[in-house]
Amino acid sequence: MQGINHEQPIPGTTIFDGEMAMKGYALNKMCYSFNRAEAREEFLADQGAYCDKFGLSAAQKQAILEKQVLDLIAEGGNIYYLAKFAGIFGLNVQDVGAQQTGLSVEEFKAKLLRAGE
Amino acid sequence: MAKILGGITSSHIPAIGNAIERELFEDPYWKPFFDGYPRVHRWLEEQQPDVAVVIYNDHGLNFFLDKMPTFSIGAAPEYRNADEGWGIKPIPSFRGDPELSWHLIESLVADEFDVTSCQEMLVDHGFTVPMSLMWPDFSYSKVKVIPVCVNTVQHPLPTPARCYKFGQAIGRALESYARDSRVVILGTGGLSHQLDGERAGFINKEFDLMCMEKIVDRPQELTGYSIHDLVRLAGAQGAELIMWLAMRGALTGKVRQLHSNYHIPISNTASGLLLLENGTG
Repeated sequence: MQGINHEQPIPGTTIFDGEMAMKGYALNKMCYSFNRAEAREEFLADQGAYCDKFGLSAAQKQAILEKQVLDLIAEGGNIYYLAKFAGIFGLNVQDVGAQQTGLSVEEFKAKLLRAGE
Repeated sequence: MAKILGGITSSHIPAIGNAIERELFEDPYWKPFFDGYPRVHRWLEEQQPDVAVVIYNDHGLNFFLDKMPTFSIGAAPEYRNADEGWGIKPIPSFRGDPELSWHLIESLVADEFDVTSCQEMLVDHGFTVPMSLMWPDFSYSKVKVIPVCVNTVQHPLPTPARCYKFGQAIGRALESYARDSRVVILGTGGLSHQLDGERAGFINKEFDLMCMEKIVDRPQELTGYSIHDLVRLAGAQGAELIMWLAMRGALTGKVRQLHSNYHIPISNTASGLLLLENGTG
């Protein structure tokens, strides 16, 4: 698809536009289902089968099974839906932030504190 | 006619909901944040609003990518929250005001803002956290609510200029309401934060403080930014400033700042609170 966003890219940032929303539709739809507790239980019982049920691509499924947030974003995942996926494993946005930035959770929290100085 | 008493902006981070539930008001991490709110409580007690128009964004509870309205308005007699994926508990429901909702919908569409009307609408933390902060211990049942939802999930998002004009149209619509009603406008979200990507944890104190200053007297100076500018300057989710601008647009009178609070960090976010009076003359 011809991209319509001609703005300068922002490093480390993926704009969730129409192109990404199409690419990540199945992945985000699966994560949206995690609003329901029964869906979360079904996913945990057989993660691969649950991915297949929603028609995830091989790359999306692998990123889910490996819990790789940056890969999930590259495959069209939107952070608001991915937060529901992370929540299944008790991971909050600081855990997710730490993973994406290659920091420990303590280091990531310290980075946030420094922003206030 | 409806009287617009003022506007309040507040961050709506989910972690705040957990902290309220666990009553962490005196906890060293949370105290600088919660200490901002008693001044707002006193003002609300003095003003006794009948209605809160709450301009917020849904984070994937009520809306999915199958249908993503840019601007949507609740027109239900009651609104409930629900589990958002990490076991959020149900809290007492919110009372709607369908008559005022439909007046707003009719006025806005006549004013060329073609909103989506919602007779069923689940409200997520973007709505419930600010309501719980403004009216503690579920005392929000004393006001009726109008949820006004802005798309911040899927780009293109409405521009800051458009959101400001949308707020102005809300202000005009409220002032043309035939019934007497005392209204407060809430703008929720922000300030700078980014949850996704290698740039996660991005916060821009200088930009936030500039926005908090300008939005009081010179909001037009903030409407020149594009969404892309906001993502660059305030982080991917810092674009939530557009809800603050919509709130500010709805204040039609002489605006005076009564109170503000700014604190870094709450979770991954720079939290901001503003209390603005909408005076006459």
